[in-house]
Amino acid sequence: MNKLRHALMVLLVIGVSACEREHRDLRQDPPVSAALESVATMPNGIAGAPPDVYSALNKPFASNAYSLNQGKQLYSWFNCKGCHADGGGAAGPAFLDGWWRYGPGLVSIFASIRDGRPAGMPAFKDRMTTDQIWELAGYVQTIGAYSGKTAAPSRNDEMQSRPSENRAPATVSVNDP
Amino acid sequence: MSLARLATGSLVCLSCTACAGWQSALEAHGTPATGLLHLTWLLFVVGALVWICVMAILVLALRSRAAISTQATATPDTRVERRLNRAVTGAVIATALIVMGLTITSFWVARVLSPESSSPLRIRVRGYQWWWQVTYLDARPDRTFITANEIHVPSGRPIVVELSAADVIHSFWVPNLAGKQDLIPGRDNTLQFTAREPGTYRGQCAEFCGLQHAHMAFLVIVDPPEQFEHWREAQLAPGASPGGTQEQQGQRVFQSKACAACHTVQGTSAAATVGPDLTHVGSRRYIAAGLLETTRGSLAAWIADPQTLKPGTNMPMVPLNAEELNAVSAYLVSLK
Repeated sequence: MNKLRHALMVLLVIGVSACEREHRDLRQDPPVSAALESVATMPNGIAGAPPDVYSALNKPFASNAYSLNQGKQLYSWFNCKGCHADGGGAAGPAFLDGWWRYGPGLVSIFASIRDGRPAGMPAFKDRMTTDQIWELAGYVQTIGAYSGKTAAPSRNDEMQSRPSENRAPATVSVNDP
Repeated sequence: MSLARLATGSLVCLSCTACAGWQSALEAHGTPATGLLHLTWLLFVVGALVWICVMAILVLALRSRAAISTQATATPDTRVERRLNRAVTGAVIATALIVMGLTITSFWVARVLSPESSSPLRIRVRGYQWWWQVTYLDARPDRTFITANEIHVPSGRPIVVELSAADVIHSFWVPNLAGKQDLIPGRDNTLQFTAREPGTYRGQCAEFCGLQHAHMAFLVIVDPPEQFEHWREAQLAPGASPGGTQEQQGQRVFQSKACAACHTVQGTSAAATVGPDLTHVGSRRYIAAGLLETTRGSLAAWIADPQTLKPGTNMPMVPLNAEELNAVSAYLVSLK
């Protein structure tokens, strides 16, 4: 009887320890947001280093499910679909194929969204906050990532036009330009 | 004893005071709500009477059983048997009649929930996390307009509310006017009601929909018909052009910063539809779906730090300096 009680207590403690939820950053402190602004891109605008604060925050934009999901919402709210479709590309380049014109790094994607790129990509720095641009960049990177992730945004409400974001690695075809 | 009675009495009184007001199903001011309230009272009273009868008979039976057991008769009395048979038969018939009566009454009340009405006012309500988009439909597209979190309706005219949801399941509930109806993504519902007299009623999302479910309220303001038409004409007008220099600066900030990326102000270049339409935000009683009363101060506080006032809301913290914040709040409150 005593043994049973002990076993139950242990089970209860284990059960309670499983109750922790992934941390959600609903709001970055203004100094953090300001620091997130200062990415150092290479002179040609391709690749670069994220600000120190990004690592200090434990790289949330690439690995936090809530942040990825916010990015997914922003992707449709700011009409990224209008040019890039559901990742397959249309007027804008595709993400699913794994060909990143400016490299697969998060900093490049952040810079592309914030400052725009030649041949039609508009700059979003006056339309979105820095935190939002980071969240969106994290999500866009997920679409064409080369390896699966453990964190994923929520499912599509509409019909699935492709495997879910964290599942499939980007399919790189060497014959494509 | 008298202390306990006093405590019970005051508890009953206290709980009764919570039953009235602008968000209460016990104070009906519209068509389905009144029928539903009558049905509720009928069910309550009939149920209470049946319960009292059953309890009384139970007490009587327990008493007479005690009397019988002292006599300890071996053979059953035929007279008692016949009386008991009659009582059981009567109870069965009464049960059948009561259940049938209540079923028929509730069927009649349910018919009122979706009546055929001619020329109703059609309003489309779309639930978002965590606010309500309200579209007033009209045969002429230029007389259609969009507002948020505040529904004006004329008294005496049937209203058809077309309900849809953008993200998760919400539920539209104005207890004083009608019952609940869910807003389900991909499955549009309708709700009909007619408000009897002018008044202001509060509605609330009645289906848990996420972090800020509790801050997803709205107002239904019932106006006399001519006042409603007046309100409608005012809502059809584009956003007020900024009067003073501060308002003008506010409009510039609104359009150049991230505000215009999500919000619409009719008559300006701000035409995005992610957030609530702000064309006449200054004329609404509350901002952020019933969170704060609309004042210049509350608008400024909301813009300065939405995530602290309503954690999880999709409104981001937009970096503005004090001067810009001051100007934007002046502009928004002037959008009457």
